[in-house]
Amino acid sequence: MAIVSRGFHGRRQPSEHRLPPGQYEVRDFPVLSAGPTPRISRDTWEFTIVTETGARHSWSWPQLMALPAEEPLVDLHCVTKWSKFATPWRGVSMDTLLGDVETEADYALVHSYGGYTTNLPVADLLDGQAWIAYGYDGEDLAPEHGGPARLLVPHLYLWKSAKWVRGIQLLLQDEPGFWESAGYHDYGDPWREQRYQGD
Amino acid sequence: MTKPSQHAQDAHDTRPPPRPAPGPFPDELDVPYLDGEYEDGNALAGPLSEIFAVDLTAAEGRCTGCGTTGPIARLHVYGPAPGLVARCPDCGQVVLRLVRGGDAAWLDVRGMVSLRIRIEG
Ligand SMILES: [Zn+2]
Repeated sequence: MAIVSRGFHGRRQPSEHRLPPGQYEVRDFPVLSAGPTPRISRDTWEFTIVTETGARHSWSWPQLMALPAEEPLVDLHCVTKWSKFATPWRGVSMDTLLGDVETEADYALVHSYGGYTTNLPVADLLDGQAWIAYGYDGEDLAPEHGGPARLLVPHLYLWKSAKWVRGIQLLLQDEPGFWESAGYHDYGDPWREQRYQGD
Repeated sequence: MTKPSQHAQDAHDTRPPPRPAPGPFPDELDVPYLDGEYEDGNALAGPLSEIFAVDLTAAEGRCTGCGTTGPIARLHVYGPAPGLVARCPDCGQVVLRLVRGGDAAWLDVRGMVSLRIRIEG
């Protein structure tokens, strides 16, 4: 019987990716949860940006699908110390979604179905750094990983990449989100190891 | 110690409907849930014993979301990472959060009106 090498096609090259301080590499995709997983129908799904004046910009699922898609290949860094290299996503750039939004706001508070929130500067959502991601590894994004759609901001610790994203509130003043109000760092840069308040 | 949630799409779901979320997205809490895995509130005994001298799992608190009163041990606990999140078994609201990192612990109990702690007289 022939022995089929399963390593030939799938073998990864020796990693050229870099690990931020204190992190280790994983090959699986761990799931952390702060609650039960919301089951969101694409029929009623909506993504809304609300500006500091209360102006609302909303996209239904078909409207999101009609926007230009990108396929970022990015490294993920979780504050619980695992990192996963070269993850293949599909989604819409936040540059596209924020393109027509008039705002003076410097801060964003991201809201999720289920009540989760996380905060970050608006600047970190721009310039090709963030996406509303709805596909992973060629498939629809699974609910446990944040489907139908999640924010993807891979240059910050993964808790900033809010699963089950519902909308983004643009604010003139910074407002801490779910983990940021319970000890986690306001910004969360993995390269500066900003895990907890005071880091 | 982990047991599957029974409450998600149960025909006998008697939980009160969620209150509208404050803020710009009032529908964000009005969603169905898939089964999730959690532990009961006894999972908080060890982490809380690092902070408090008394065992708080038997202490009774009142949920600010639905008004239900019950012991800490009855809460549904998710985690442990990035932190422990304890939710009301009746309405799902976050009652308690505990983050342990570096040289500090952060304890948030904003989902509870007060805790009745029995003390030997
Ligand atoms: Zn409750």
